[in-house]
Amino acid sequence: MLRFDLLIFGDTGWGDELLISSIMTILVSLSAMGLGIFVAIFTTWAKISGNFILKIFANFYTTVIRGIPELLVIYLIFFGGSASIMYVAKIFGYNGYIELNAFTMGTISVGLISAAYSTEVFRGAYSIVNKGQAEAAHSLGLSKFHTFIKVLAPQILKHALPGLGNVWQITLKDTALISVTGLVEIMRQSRIASNVSHSPLTFCLSAALLYLILTTFSSKIFNKLEDYSNRNDIVA
Amino acid sequence: MKKFILTLLAISLFSLATIANAKTIRIGTEGAYPPWNNLNTAGQLEGAEIDFGNEACLRMGVECEWVTQDWDGIIPALLNGKYDIIIAGMSITEERKEKVNFTNGYMTDGARFAVLKGSGLEDMTIAGMDKVNLNDAGGKEQAAIGQLNAAMKDKTVCVQSATIHQNYLEKHMAGVVEVKLYQSVDDTNLDLLAGRCDAILADVGSTIDYMSTDVGANVAFTGPTFSGGVFGDGVGGAVKKEDTEILEMWNAAIAEMLADGSLSEITKQWFGRDISM
Amino acid sequence: MNFELIYNNFFIILSGLDETLKLVVISLSLGFIIAIPFALARASSFKILSQSVYYYVFVIRGTPLLVQIYLIYYGLGTILFVRESFLWIVLKDPFFCGVLALVINTVAYTAEIFRGGIQSVTKGQIESCKSLGMSRFIMYFKIILPCAFRQALPGYGNEMILMVKSTSLISLITIMEMTGLARNIMYKNYAPVEAFLAAGSIYLFLNFLIVQFIKFLEWKYNPHLRIKT
Repeated sequence: MLRFDLLIFGDTGWGDELLISSIMTILVSLSAMGLGIFVAIFTTWAKISGNFILKIFANFYTTVIRGIPELLVIYLIFFGGSASIMYVAKIFGYNGYIELNAFTMGTISVGLISAAYSTEVFRGAYSIVNKGQAEAAHSLGLSKFHTFIKVLAPQILKHALPGLGNVWQITLKDTALISVTGLVEIMRQSRIASNVSHSPLTFCLSAALLYLILTTFSSKIFNKLEDYSNRNDIVA
Repeated sequence: MKKFILTLLAISLFSLATIANAKTIRIGTEGAYPPWNNLNTAGQLEGAEIDFGNEACLRMGVECEWVTQDWDGIIPALLNGKYDIIIAGMSITEERKEKVNFTNGYMTDGARFAVLKGSGLEDMTIAGMDKVNLNDAGGKEQAAIGQLNAAMKDKTVCVQSATIHQNYLEKHMAGVVEVKLYQSVDDTNLDLLAGRCDAILADVGSTIDYMSTDVGANVAFTGPTFSGGVFGDGVGGAVKKEDTEILEMWNAAIAEMLADGSLSEITKQWFGRDISM
Repeated sequence: MNFELIYNNFFIILSGLDETLKLVVISLSLGFIIAIPFALARASSFKILSQSVYYYVFVIRGTPLLVQIYLIYYGLGTILFVRESFLWIVLKDPFFCGVLALVINTVAYTAEIFRGGIQSVTKGQIESCKSLGMSRFIMYFKIILPCAFRQALPGYGNEMILMVKSTSLISLITIMEMTGLARNIMYKNYAPVEAFLAAGSIYLFLNFLIVQFIKFLEWKYNPHLRIKT
């Protein structure tokens, strides 16, 4: 039933493979989160800029990604993604095979989902920041770019931190769905191990424990970050 | 902030497009289908097809790289260019031939129902036939199918999805049994043990491998061994339609290995019997 | 991109809509009812109650739904004790396993949403209840819970959308709802994009309906926020 002997490290146990897969989960989550934030900056800008067409595109993107099950998004990007990229490459005259490895596919799929949620977080954070600050910066002669980088962005980041912590947890858990891409992260590794050993209980529990450890550490880190960014706030 | 974003972007892109090396053949396999292909506790692929593939690559003089892929997406991933050939216990069927080309068959194994001992369904002999070949199925084969249907009426049969076994159930047992689809063969084994399935339909080699484990000791075969017809004609490697060169290389290697007996040695080692074609 | 295939797939996948809706409605209703005592426990002043619900929510939110589903369906199925007990009546059926996993998950999130709603009821209202001599029971039933629900509407709407999306994972334990049917089409036609686009659009439409429904509820239950002419 519960086979602890299967969890040992080394060649006869799955312990080392599970550990490596945890590192893979962390790596792909970090990449996906990074990609997500990067894309979210543009989509947030599109939403708040007032340009009607950009706003429609950005709204369409976030509505669709947040409205379709994550599993379907990942399938669509995995099965449709390589085909579309090769189609685009053919237009540019490149006729070979572009191999997108599992890590990249996983990053892009989870990253695009993460971006949709991060966009909403940034939008909310932007609306909290006092517009008067932007006006003051402008009256001091700061360019639009510098206003954004030096004045608005740090404050938006501060207010976005709790929301981003939530998005990080979602991203971490969504990586469990990318086993279809063949990437060996925690979920896939535990399924492989459970199939080979015919012992699903052991490995489902191990997987749950590993995810729990990751989310616990993440929330501790985010709490520290929030405390740090709120250090100068006047406590009422 | 800018540096942070750029670093994250760099991390995301560092493994982006790598152009496939022409000297390496990437082989796609499932890795969850013992004794054909399986991942062991050391995290390495092992199995009859792994040995076969490595030996064939040696004879072809190329480097081989094994890629695992869930059975669900194994053909779409081939078509997307994730690997060059599928060696994963994939039977050669007309349906699949519409999308991919197959090498010549290198191994062949029948399909058989398996049940739990003591369920009342084990060791059924149907129409006195041990083997039922559905190619050019005549009255005898139809009678066997009919008898099997009568014996299995209203039972739950579990199969792995996207397999010839699923096709058989949908073609010959539609409406007679309740069909449940699973991601991998071991999931069907688990549910057979749990009592959620009355029977499973899988190929003989994989079920025998399960029966040799300590949890699978309670499993018994029932009914005849099926082959042909909807079950296809042997197991072959699948390549994209335009990859004729790779196809020829593999056919040559397979012919060579069949002729000198190395293929039958490999199958005897893993299956306990010779199932080379 | 084969549009005719998408059109045909549409109707095949639509036949799975009833399974999806059954999962959504049963899980949401059970989850809603069970979450109320959990939320009250979490908001209460008894440390033991509050802490146990806290840890429950912590564990459920810290693990992916997929792991919970596999654990309940495959994991529990290997325990002989479970198979021979009366629990097996429920746990044998994949549909009920799916509902169980979804309910456990949604109770955790919903309890937090309701807790936020309960704790947002202003002290003034509670004091006026006490000064009117209301019993605790009536205070909760007539004042706090209705206020809490109204406050929780946007968050709960989100949870309803998450529930619809979560049912797609139940396809991995043999239930043929929309995602399962879409995958089946993919196996037959080797056209995954067409199959999943068809399924995705149906999910999108369902979620659109939910968003409109929540907007209507918010309009209906916030008469004091409507513009007075």
